[in-house]
Amino acid sequence: MSAGIDLENVCCDFGSFRAVDNANVSIRPGEFFSFLGPSGCGKTTILRMISGFIDPTQGAIRIGGKDMKGQRPNQRPTALIFQNLALFPLMPIWENISFGLEVRGVDKATRRAKAEELLRLVDLPGAADKMVSQLSGGQKQRVAIARALAVEPQVMLLDEPLSALDLKLRQHMRAELRAIQKRTGVTFIYITHDQGEALAMSDRVGVMSHGRIQQIADPREIYNNPVNGFVASFVGENNIFTGDVGQVADGIASFATPHGTFRARLGEQATGKGVKLFVRPEHTIISAAQPAENAIHGRVEEVSFEGNFIAVHAVTDTGMKMTAELRNDGSSDVPEVGAQVWMGFAAARAAILPDAETRG
Amino acid sequence: MQDLIRRYGAGLTAIICLLVFFWLAILVVVPNITLFESSFRPYLPVTEIGGPKDVYSLDNYLKVFSGQVEVSPLGFTFLIPVHVLTFFLTIWYSVVVTFLCFLIAYPMAYYMAKVAKPSSVPTLLLLIFVPLWVSEVLRAFAWWIILAFKGPLNSLLLALGLIDAPVRWITGYDAVVIGLIYTYVLFMLFPVYNAVSSLDTNQIEAAEDLGAPWWKIHWRIVLPHAKPGVASGSVMVFMLSAGSLLVPSILGSTTSQWFTQTINQWFNDALDWNTASAYAFILLFLCTVFVALAMWAFKVKLSDIAK
Repeated sequence: MSAGIDLENVCCDFGSFRAVDNANVSIRPGEFFSFLGPSGCGKTTILRMISGFIDPTQGAIRIGGKDMKGQRPNQRPTALIFQNLALFPLMPIWENISFGLEVRGVDKATRRAKAEELLRLVDLPGAADKMVSQLSGGQKQRVAIARALAVEPQVMLLDEPLSALDLKLRQHMRAELRAIQKRTGVTFIYITHDQGEALAMSDRVGVMSHGRIQQIADPREIYNNPVNGFVASFVGENNIFTGDVGQVADGIASFATPHGTFRARLGEQATGKGVKLFVRPEHTIISAAQPAENAIHGRVEEVSFEGNFIAVHAVTDTGMKMTAELRNDGSSDVPEVGAQVWMGFAAARAAILPDAETRG
Repeated sequence: MQDLIRRYGAGLTAIICLLVFFWLAILVVVPNITLFESSFRPYLPVTEIGGPKDVYSLDNYLKVFSGQVEVSPLGFTFLIPVHVLTFFLTIWYSVVVTFLCFLIAYPMAYYMAKVAKPSSVPTLLLLIFVPLWVSEVLRAFAWWIILAFKGPLNSLLLALGLIDAPVRWITGYDAVVIGLIYTYVLFMLFPVYNAVSSLDTNQIEAAEDLGAPWWKIHWRIVLPHAKPGVASGSVMVFMLSAGSLLVPSILGSTTSQWFTQTINQWFNDALDWNTASAYAFILLFLCTVFVALAMWAFKVKLSDIAK
């Protein structure tokens, strides 16, 4: 069983501070949805409103079509996984997992069996009688997931649950979480400030800033087609040009900057003042020969080897710093430091976007 | 020690150590040993002290078994030595005081630690502390006045129509229990408050999120976490209540007798310090045994309390 969640014009004020501003989103049943944003953007507040710990100041939250107004957290079909996991240290693992069943009056033998079953599901068999303190970070993570799944929630809410783990484990748990979500079919709402996590795991991502949802789209769309400068910068690196939009034809606009006039895709919301041109470093070409379009001449300042890619930092003749990322597969010549080079980018791969985030 | 000397210099360290030694040895250990030694010797005229009759015996301790009195609790009638009865009643009502203190302190502690806004906690603490600035004697007398037959409490209850006739509060051990709770409830409140504050609020929320009703959250999450605090508070309230002399003396009725009052009578009325010492050590020893048994029964370790 999984349920969809609808947020309709949801606002949340803390005193005079508006933590969440007019959030509208429909999360589909069985979807893996992430809220992505920097700390203080209101994503945790959204999660706590869905789980029932905070009441929205305005607007409605519906789970499975049912208005949740006045429903306490213990009456909602949601299960929350806390950032610090909040396992119960005084109970053995199986009691932790079956706590939700215990409060529902399930008898001990059934609880124990269910706990064992869930421990197998999260790949942690044999841990039933251990104490929380005896487990490693990743194992605690799995117990927290099992504990939440035990109450058979229609919606799982995850508040940055991987942030305390080391990189390797985090990447492993990403895949694990995704697999568990697919297996159980439960709607997952995932909160994170790690764009890699959000892009890798989610069906759709909602990027947030200053209490507002900036863009809701699938990960590719978010990365390849951000609606504004905030989204573009938050989910990746960019070479950014300031300038003015000129003539537009077939969605491609000319863009006059102090470094030359370029051609790039014109974003939907890029109207009027305060627009900038965003090019991803991996879409920036660097070569000795002058590229056909959007060419800029410069000099290589630094080459840094990052393992899977090589970052070339250059300064244009007009004094702007640019970065190009080359794949470390031998397909491209890596220029020497001090070399005179041409840089460029395809018009379709660059976007003219409003610089600022969308505000109320 | 090395650390102390490096930090404060040899002179100051020596002074600190001497003061602590003076406090412990001269004011605590020596008087207690003196009393303990004299508790085994008979009460003799001055001229006979050190004479042939001045020998060690357990006679003073055995005096608790003299003088039978008839009691009939729960329909059973039997004889019991009067001082033993006093002792058991003291223990029993101290347990009652401890339990009631817990019932009062736990919700207060939980409120201050988890419900109240952190900014208002200092004000709450101040309000709780202010009565402590008044001397214990005055507070006991205040309660004596409040609880008097024609006192303010009865007047209030009559005026509110909650009772038809004045209640005699100062009867049996009732007023003593009320007075002891008032005097010692803070010794329960603070350890429990500290214990509850150290509980991660997320655990309470996690339990609620998993569907637990409020009482289940307290029974399974908050209380187990606060157990060391409750234990240390209980030990303090129990020991202080059982050892209190002032409150039972002021708020006691004609039908109440606290074991400390019996000890006091041996000291000050009979002037028999030897028997008084014996009684004092009986109280100390048996209370310690009782606390140890209670800790064992509730699976509390000594290290939990020391936290």
